[in-house]
Amino acid sequence: MNLVFYIAAAVAVVSTTMVILQAQAVHALLYLIVSLLAVALVLFVLGAPLVAAVEVIVYAGAILVLFLFVVMMLNVAPGRHTVGRGWLAPRNWALPTLLVAVLLGQLLFVLSGGGPTRSPGPAIAPRAVGVTLFAQYLLGVELSALLLLSAMVGAYHLGRRDRVSMLTSAEPRRTAEQNKAAEFAGRVTESAEAVPPHGNGHAAGEASDLPPLPGGVKHGQRTA
Amino acid sequence: MASVPLESALALAGVLFTLGLLGLLVRRNILFVLMSIEIMLNAAGLALVTAGARWQQPDGQVMFLFMLTMAAAEVAVGLALVLSVYHRLGSLDTDAANRMRG
Repeated sequence: MNLVFYIAAAVAVVSTTMVILQAQAVHALLYLIVSLLAVALVLFVLGAPLVAAVEVIVYAGAILVLFLFVVMMLNVAPGRHTVGRGWLAPRNWALPTLLVAVLLGQLLFVLSGGGPTRSPGPAIAPRAVGVTLFAQYLLGVELSALLLLSAMVGAYHLGRRDRVSMLTSAEPRRTAEQNKAAEFAGRVTESAEAVPPHGNGHAAGEASDLPPLPGGVKHGQRTA
Repeated sequence: MASVPLESALALAGVLFTLGLLGLLVRRNILFVLMSIEIMLNAAGLALVTAGARWQQPDGQVMFLFMLTMAAAEVAVGLALVLSVYHRLGSLDTDAANRMRG
């Protein structure tokens, strides 16, 4: 079982090294998944089956999928139009296949009875972990719930679409408005007073320095 | 732990943490920075479980579960920040976000 530990540790170190050496985020994520699976095997060998399962399910299954969603939403891969052209080259799939095959070989070795099917030594059962978690650390569980709730609210607030669109549209519009304000200094100030009949109510009041230029210029041309 | 020496598992945790710290210091892509933070958190969790297995107490695994909760919350907020930064600056470079404005 020592050998299983050392091989899994080597896989974890190699794949983690490859994570920080990758150029594209998706490749790094796939190497990171391999690294987490190897660490899960290490945890199992160390006698923590519950934590090993949680590592696979939550870390590799949920958190990294969240990363993957964000990478898909960002869509920043350089040369993404050539994706799928070079995936057959052996240098692209040789090392990941080797790492995963080593992990699969270890899993089959353990399952086939070559090694002990239970983790060696006195493993700490999931029951003991649950009893400790919900008796001794109950306050920690409640605080974790509070942390998750605040994280959810914070992520929702940071990712709100109208807030993002407001930030992105305000940046170029204000710089363009400053350029044209330097160009037509007199006409802009004149049109800022002429805008409220065009806009309606409070919307023109809070955005009076952002959008009035097209309406103001049109108004100036109409009067001229 | 009887079969796996404590020093080996702690050394693995240290190596993984160092790799994560190296990635955090070297890379400028903000996604890689977040991934390096995940690597370091994972290494810390491995050290926790190792210590718990050494003294045969379930507290190490409980701490790992708390660490996992914290990592999930951190990733959610961090990825929302990544999206916000990318929509705002059009770049994932951490050096592009070096100005503070109200």
